[in-house]
Amino acid sequence: MNVPAALKRITDQVWELPVSYKEGMLVPARIFASEKLVREMDAGVFEQVSNVATLPGIQRYAYCMPDGHWGYGFPIGGVAAMDPGTGVISPGGIGFDINCGMRLVLTNLTADQVLPKLHQLVDRLFARIPTGVGCHGFVKLKQDDFRSIVQQGSRWCLKNGFATQEDLDMTEEGGCFSGADASHISDKAVERGYNQLGTLGSGNHYCEIQVVKPENVMDAELAAAFGLTTVPNQVVIMFHCGSRGFGHQVATDYLKLFLSVMGRKYGIKIVDRELACAPFHSPEGQAYFSAMKCAVNMAFANRQVILHRIREVFSDLFHASPDELGLRMVYDVAHNTAKLERHEVNGPRKELLVHRKGSTRAFGPGAAGLPGCYAKTGQPVIIGGSMETGSYLLAGMQSGADAFFTTAHGSGRTMSRHEAKKNFRGDKLQREMEARGIYVRTDSFGGLAEEAGSAYKNIDEVVEATELAGLSKRVARLVPIGNIKG
Amino acid sequence: MPYQYRGDIAHADVAFDAWAKTLEELFRDAARATVQVMAENLEGIRRTQTLEVKLTQENEEMLLFDFLNELIFYKDARRLLLLPAELTIIKGESGVELRGTLQGEEIDPARHEMNTDVKAVTMLRYAVEKTDEGWHATVVLDV
Repeated sequence: MNVPAALKRITDQVWELPVSYKEGMLVPARIFASEKLVREMDAGVFEQVSNVATLPGIQRYAYCMPDGHWGYGFPIGGVAAMDPGTGVISPGGIGFDINCGMRLVLTNLTADQVLPKLHQLVDRLFARIPTGVGCHGFVKLKQDDFRSIVQQGSRWCLKNGFATQEDLDMTEEGGCFSGADASHISDKAVERGYNQLGTLGSGNHYCEIQVVKPENVMDAELAAAFGLTTVPNQVVIMFHCGSRGFGHQVATDYLKLFLSVMGRKYGIKIVDRELACAPFHSPEGQAYFSAMKCAVNMAFANRQVILHRIREVFSDLFHASPDELGLRMVYDVAHNTAKLERHEVNGPRKELLVHRKGSTRAFGPGAAGLPGCYAKTGQPVIIGGSMETGSYLLAGMQSGADAFFTTAHGSGRTMSRHEAKKNFRGDKLQREMEARGIYVRTDSFGGLAEEAGSAYKNIDEVVEATELAGLSKRVARLVPIGNIKG
Repeated sequence: MPYQYRGDIAHADVAFDAWAKTLEELFRDAARATVQVMAENLEGIRRTQTLEVKLTQENEEMLLFDFLNELIFYKDARRLLLLPAELTIIKGESGVELRGTLQGEEIDPARHEMNTDVKAVTMLRYAVEKTDEGWHATVVLDV
C-alpha cells in the first residue's frame, strides 16, 4: 500500500496531492485512475508526479495517467504543461526514447484469410524488420542523408518512395515537427543512429498482427469511421518503436548539458537530477527543443520505413498490391514528446509547452491539426497493451481539455523486469502463447519473459479509467494473433 | 558479490548496485552489469576487437556515467558488445581521468543470449560513493 495519506479523492477517477504535500510544489498533482488502479500504483508515481509539480513555470496541475508507474524524472504516464515564457523544458519529461510511439494500420483481410498463413507472415516480418539489441536497419544511408532525414521526418520518406501522402496525413504533425535543426545534434548522436533507420529495437517494442472481433467493438460508429469494421474479424497491424540510439543519445547529451548549466547559470534547483532542465527560452533550452524535434522526426521516419516493409511482406505473401489489401494507416501518434500547443488555463487559450512522457495526445472532435476525416470523431489514440492481453483503439474527447487533451499510452507495468525474468521463462511463455493462438518470434527469450502479460496492469481497467475520466473513449479492443519482438 | 540487480526501483527499467574495493573494479563491475542487461552470456563474448578509451570528468560519478555511455554507444554505432580489459583511473587537479581498453565482438544472438537493449544511463537514484570498504554505485538503466 503506497498511497500517501495526503492523497485526496476529487471524483471517482481523479485524485490529488495538494501543494502542501511536498516543499516546493507550485501546483497540485493530479492522478487519473480508478480507486483500484490508484491503490495498486507504486510509490514512485506519487514521489515523481509531486516532483514534477515543483518545476518552474508549470501550469494548472502535474498529471499522471491511469497507466502511470515509476519512471525516471517524470513518472511514466506523466504530463506537464509549462508557460514557455517563465517555464523550463526537461528531457526527463520526454524520456530517452524521444517520440516512442504507436502506429495502427488497416488491412481488408479477415482472420480466416490470414490464419492459414500466420506463421509465414510472422516469420517473414521477423526476417525483414530488424529487431533486438543494437540492430541495424534496412535503409542504408550516409551520415549526411541521416542529417536531412532528421530535419524532414516522413517527408523524406515520401520523396524517397517509402510513403504515400495519405500516410503523412495520418501521422501526428504530418510526420515532421517543424524547427528541427541538425546543427543542434552531436556527431556522436548521428554516428550512433544513422544505421538504425528501419529497426524496431527491443524491450517493449513490437510489431503485432491483431484481430478486430465484432464482440470487441465498443463504439460501432467510431470504429467504422476509423476503418476498423470493413470486414468481420478484420486484421490490423500495430507497431511500437521510437527514435532508437539517435534519440537516446540526443537525450543523454542534453541531460548532461542541462545538469551543467541548470544551477550554475540559471539558479534552478530541482529535487531529482533526472528532472534536469533549462529555461525554455534559454539558448540551451531552445537547442534541446530543436534537437528533440530531430529525434521526433527520426522516429516518424523509422515507423514509416517499417510500414513500407510491412506492405512489401503482405504484398508478397498475399499476392496483391498494398492498395488491394487495404494497407492504410489509421494513425501514428507519439507518446514521448514536448510540444507547443494552445490550451485554456484560467480563461483565454494560450501557448503552452506540453511535456508528455508515456502519455498520448488525445485531441477531441474539432481540434485544429487533425486530418479532415477525423474532425468529427476526435483523434485516434493507439494504446498498446501487453503482448498476451491485447490493445485498444480509443478516440480523443472534448472533455479531455482538463488534462491538455492527453490520455494513457499503454497498460503500465506492475512488476519489475528483474522480477518478471525470475517468474517467467521466455521459451515456455512462447509455447503457451502459441497454444492460445498467439504466434511470437523473438531473438531474446529473456526479453520475452520480461514482457509477460502478468507483469502489466489490466489494460481493460486502464482504458475504462480514461473513459470515465473523460480523457478518451473506447472504440475497439484489438486481440493479438502474431507478434515480433526485439 | 560485485553487482546485484534490484527489483525495487523503476519497474520499467533496470537498476543495479555494484560494490568494489577499487574504483577500477567498480567500473569493471558496473560495465559487466550493464552489458549483461543486453547479453546474458558475458563469457560468450569473444575478445576479438580492442578499442581504446580515454575520458576525463570533474568527478568519479560523472566519469562512470560517461564510461557506461561509451559501452551503450558502441552497441548501437558498431553493434559491439564490449567489456573493459585494462582500466586506470587517476585523480588529478583538473578532474578524474580514465584510460584503458575495451574488448569484445559484434553481437551474435546465437551465442550471446540476448536480453533487452539498454537505451541510456539515467540520473534516477544515480550514485557513486566512497565507502569504508571501497566504492559503491547505484545505477538505473533505461531499457
